[in-house]
Amino acid sequence: MKALEAVEKQEEIPPTEHPMDDVLRMDRIPHIWCPGCGIGLAVTAFVNALEKMQVDLDKVCVVSGIGCTGRVAGYIKTDSFHTTHGRALPFATGLKLGNPDLKIVVFSGDGDIVSIGGNHFIHAARRNIDILVICVNNFIYAMTGGQVAPTTPRSAYTTTSPFGNFETPSNIPQLAESAGAVYVARWTSLHMRRLTQSIIEGFQKPGFSMVEVISPCAMYYSRINKLGLGIDMMKFYHDNSVIKHGEPTENLDIGFQSQIIVGKFVDRERPTFSELYKGWKKEVKTVKRES
Amino acid sequence: MNGNQACAEGSLAAGCRFLGFYPIQPCFEIVQHFADRCVDVDGTFIQMEDEISALAAVLGASWAGKKAMTVTSGPGFSLMMEHVGLGVMLETPCVIIESQRFGPSEGYPTQAGSGDVMQSRWGSHGDYEIITLSPNCPQEMFDLTVRAFNLSERYRLPVVVLADKAVGSMVEAVIIPKAEDLRLKKRKRYSGPKGKYLPYEYDKDLVPWMVKAGQGYRFHVTGLTHDEKGYPVMNAKCQEWNVHRIINKVRLFSDDIIDYEEGYTEDAEVLVVCYGSVSRAAVRAVRQVRKEGIRAGFFRLKTLWPFPEQRILELARQVRTIIVPEMNYGQAFLEVDRCSRGKAETIFVHQDFPKVRSGVDIINAIRKADVKA
Repeated sequence: MKALEAVEKQEEIPPTEHPMDDVLRMDRIPHIWCPGCGIGLAVTAFVNALEKMQVDLDKVCVVSGIGCTGRVAGYIKTDSFHTTHGRALPFATGLKLGNPDLKIVVFSGDGDIVSIGGNHFIHAARRNIDILVICVNNFIYAMTGGQVAPTTPRSAYTTTSPFGNFETPSNIPQLAESAGAVYVARWTSLHMRRLTQSIIEGFQKPGFSMVEVISPCAMYYSRINKLGLGIDMMKFYHDNSVIKHGEPTENLDIGFQSQIIVGKFVDRERPTFSELYKGWKKEVKTVKRES
Repeated sequence: MNGNQACAEGSLAAGCRFLGFYPIQPCFEIVQHFADRCVDVDGTFIQMEDEISALAAVLGASWAGKKAMTVTSGPGFSLMMEHVGLGVMLETPCVIIESQRFGPSEGYPTQAGSGDVMQSRWGSHGDYEIITLSPNCPQEMFDLTVRAFNLSERYRLPVVVLADKAVGSMVEAVIIPKAEDLRLKKRKRYSGPKGKYLPYEYDKDLVPWMVKAGQGYRFHVTGLTHDEKGYPVMNAKCQEWNVHRIINKVRLFSDDIIDYEEGYTEDAEVLVVCYGSVSRAAVRAVRQVRKEGIRAGFFRLKTLWPFPEQRILELARQVRTIIVPEMNYGQAFLEVDRCSRGKAETIFVHQDFPKVRSGVDIINAIRKADVKA
């Protein structure tokens, strides 16, 4: 209200500290995301999670690929890497092996992680390398102009599916589970509290964790499919989601404007890459010494 | 010791503690030797899912503070091109060992070729400069691998060692110097106050200071055109500021990088410009025709890129004919032809591997050039 009054009186609003100043690169704000985009909310949830966990931010690295979500690395004030399209995971793998003390978060979009980086995703999960992946899924390639994505629901229009998409989309949680991820969850960008909680759990879980965030693309997906403003889409996703923890991941397909099942689907234990590697090295050293 | 083993030893001696790779031949012996030895020195190696991710992991490990390398051959090198560009743009020190075979595509995997000379220079998109070294014997596989690490640390660049199958499997005595006799270079480290670090601020050597991830500097780097903060800036001025410098940091210091070997050039009338395994036959050919009284000399490139333009031009002014034997259809030849600016006749001699050992084509080419005079 104070701000409104100030505007009416045409007074200058004194700059105030933002609660996320410590974690965001304020010298890069305003960001590039469109009004109504859900990526900002995913970043908010991530920042909230970091603050709640009170982690040492000096030891956190954020690695992104290319695309709208790929820009996240540039706004978070930790060591952050904006790499090539789809290759955030292998870059992060090298970073983690180079310095196992780092806590690494890969923040990228559905095109980056499931399409061009699909192979890296499968193998990072198989190795169970200690990385948290936050995958923002907006069902479309947004930065390049609204092309069909491997996650685009059937019958949805995009600039490269002008008569509706006929391909079957990927089910990201199922892919993650079958490849070997130890923690898999999905929320929409309006499930702020639950999303934050999942990010905390995934971050703290040793091994490969994946949190999918269903997020509106107000500029392309919504415009082409006539779904209203970003906020309308967010509400739609939120209101049409059903929380079903532990739901078998094969049931998690998403249809066009259909019900979305959200929740925590996988939370299991598997030895991580670092543990196995350490053990193997020790074994080899003993064998070498004895021989 | 063979060339591949010497290369693995060279990398370990240079302090390499990370190897990311994807299986391919004929370079695999390097990985095998590294894997055997790396447990002793607490190194890490990982077999990635493809060559794209192998080099990506190497770049990541380099930012974590490790000296890192990858090992590959033709088709794998093609896949790595994306990250050669990223390495150049992020200014990440790393070494790529490439054991050349015949191409294109899968080609002839078990035979030596040198068809990747131009690829190592121009393979990734956009404008950049890169350093490529060319060993011709197991000893040089060791020495040039060490030098590749030194150059990559000094210039913050991916450095390519362009070996080939023949040099890799050739067995010769290799002298490994004592650790204290190896002059190892370390990357320029920043250790100033935390709030003040600018990832791409540089001084007169045009190379920015580097930090490791996890030291608390909270830096950002991007493959996009960036300013000194490492933040993306999309305008022509920044593009010029960013890319012109990463080109100049090699071009302006190329005299320090370029290395070559010359023989009998003082009075030479016919010059053989050679590199890699072909140079062994070429040098022998020159020695042989000298006995016949032909005034031939050789110029062996140890660095292919940057190319020794100045020296080639000087020699072109002096000699009548320049012969370039290569195991391809003319790559370094184009560069020699360009650098000699028409001052000497340039002749390309194609070599295929079984024939190259005798050097007979080179001898004939020299004799022919001599008769014509």
